[in-house]
Amino acid sequence: MSKLNVEQIRKDFPILQRKIAGKQLVYLDNAATSQKPRSVIDALTGYYEGYNANIHRGIHTLAEEATDAYEAVRETVRDFIDAEHTHEIIFTRNSTEAINLVAYSWGNANILPGDEIVLTAMEHHSNLIPWQRLATERNAKLVFIPITEDGQLDMEEARKLISSRTKIVAATLMSNVLGTINPIKELAKLAHEKGAVILVDGAQGVPHVKTSVRDLDVDFLVFSMHKMLGPTGVGILYGKTELLDAMPPFLSGGHMISSVWKDKATWTELPWKFEAGTSNIADVIASGKAIEYLTALGMDNVREHEIEITRYALQKLNELGDITIFGPKDATLRGGVISFNVDDIHAHDIGQICADAAIAVRAGHHCCQPLMRDLNVMGTARASFYIYNTKEEVDLLFEALKEADKVLGHVACR
Amino acid sequence: MSLADDLYRETILDHYHNPRNHGAIEHPTAQVEGVNPLCGDELTLYLNVKDGKIEDVKLTAKGCSINTASGSMMSELLLGKSVEEANQIVELFKKMMLDKKEEVVLPDDLEDLEALRGVKKYPVRIKCALLPWNTMLEGLGNALKSPTLD
Ligand SMILES: Cc1ncc(COP(=O)(O)O)c(C=O)c1O
Repeated sequence: MSKLNVEQIRKDFPILQRKIAGKQLVYLDNAATSQKPRSVIDALTGYYEGYNANIHRGIHTLAEEATDAYEAVRETVRDFIDAEHTHEIIFTRNSTEAINLVAYSWGNANILPGDEIVLTAMEHHSNLIPWQRLATERNAKLVFIPITEDGQLDMEEARKLISSRTKIVAATLMSNVLGTINPIKELAKLAHEKGAVILVDGAQGVPHVKTSVRDLDVDFLVFSMHKMLGPTGVGILYGKTELLDAMPPFLSGGHMISSVWKDKATWTELPWKFEAGTSNIADVIASGKAIEYLTALGMDNVREHEIEITRYALQKLNELGDITIFGPKDATLRGGVISFNVDDIHAHDIGQICADAAIAVRAGHHCCQPLMRDLNVMGTARASFYIYNTKEEVDLLFEALKEADKVLGHVACR
Repeated sequence: MSLADDLYRETILDHYHNPRNHGAIEHPTAQVEGVNPLCGDELTLYLNVKDGKIEDVKLTAKGCSINTASGSMMSELLLGKSVEEANQIVELFKKMMLDKKEEVVLPDDLEDLEALRGVKKYPVRIKCALLPWNTMLEGLGNALKSPTLD
């Protein structure tokens, strides 16, 4: 048994009391967004009711309190991902914006015609499209590390593909489809040996796996607070100081300047150089509570719980017989994300039948259309777990899938 | 009773498991691809229209149950109809699925389509039901323009 007291944890999440048409909600769509504990929800109202003010400029009590609370979260985040400096933590809207920031600011300053950008075959559209646009604008080339039969990165290919032409490697820490946890430390080493930098998409990984940017030695890390108990609207960009310092601003306007004349301006220092305009103050402050919640549980315990439930789910779902499960078979190589197809039933039909049992799963291409083509499927259904999920919930999913197979399985004419 | 009973009632399941007019026409007078960008579902519609009449219709679909069943019912109902009649039926069906205020009454010969009315309760799935019909509208338009008509 893992060290998480799941029963106790569930009491901290008001939404888990929700009933849908009389049935208890079973929330298995955590890879899309997680639910929020009471402490995070309270932090939002606490801010709006107690010290709502704009930050970094007021000389009044509320402004000081708000600024202190906002900046304290930067330190909480730094500590959580083991960064060296607090100013290496930049608040964005989400992972997508953080990747766009790097592709635009770092990319425009560093990518030249003929340069190569190395991605993997399992990237979310968010870690693909910004690089596609950059490559098109700069006449650079995108190179993809393929995946093996059981959904892991083909590291032998990676060693060949990462070359002296490579300027940046951008790879996900954990696949939102296959669940695969990638060997980022090794990729970082390969990139650095060739003089390239590495950006890690931690949107799926950071919420579930203890992540140290110093141990992994990555140059950029992005993640989204809404997938790790925090509110929507807050993303994190971590970057090494020397890289961030050398990059031009992304968005410009108020807050990010040092001095302004009619015809020119100078930028302020890190991290504010990259935080133009009024920040998402309330949600950043509440994000601090989310990290505190995870830290109190212990990320090692979170991981252990997820390995346990994933192992159980892999074994249970395989009892269906008619099921195809994508990604590594070994629960220790993957996070709590399980993509599957039952018989040849369309993923949306599976989603619908699960929804009728008050079970929330995701169905479709999961913002990974190129990977779907590699897997030769139109889409998949996906169940994804977090700290509050139980084996009983996996059993309910199993029953719903059995029902789907009974009603819709075995289509003759296709 | 489960909510899904609305969606997965007998008529729909019958058409889903045994889609009518499934396949391709070798030399169609019109051939149209339909895509639902939301879920990536695709279908190809083949039409043989002669003297303003639908002489043959075939569908190959890669889609969900609603999409498949809806296309199957449509093909069965429109086969043999004039282009004009077919257009009217398509418009009537679309109105039934999309009109939020008015309850569209179907004539007896279209009563099979009643089975799809339940899909209205699931707004995200309405597009699945409409994909074959929208593709048909395009196909009928093309068939009228096609040179083989004369
Ligand atoms: C692997 C991965 N990268 C990036 C994203 C994008 O995150 P956001 O929508 O918060 O920007 C997601 C979210 O679905 C994801 O799973």
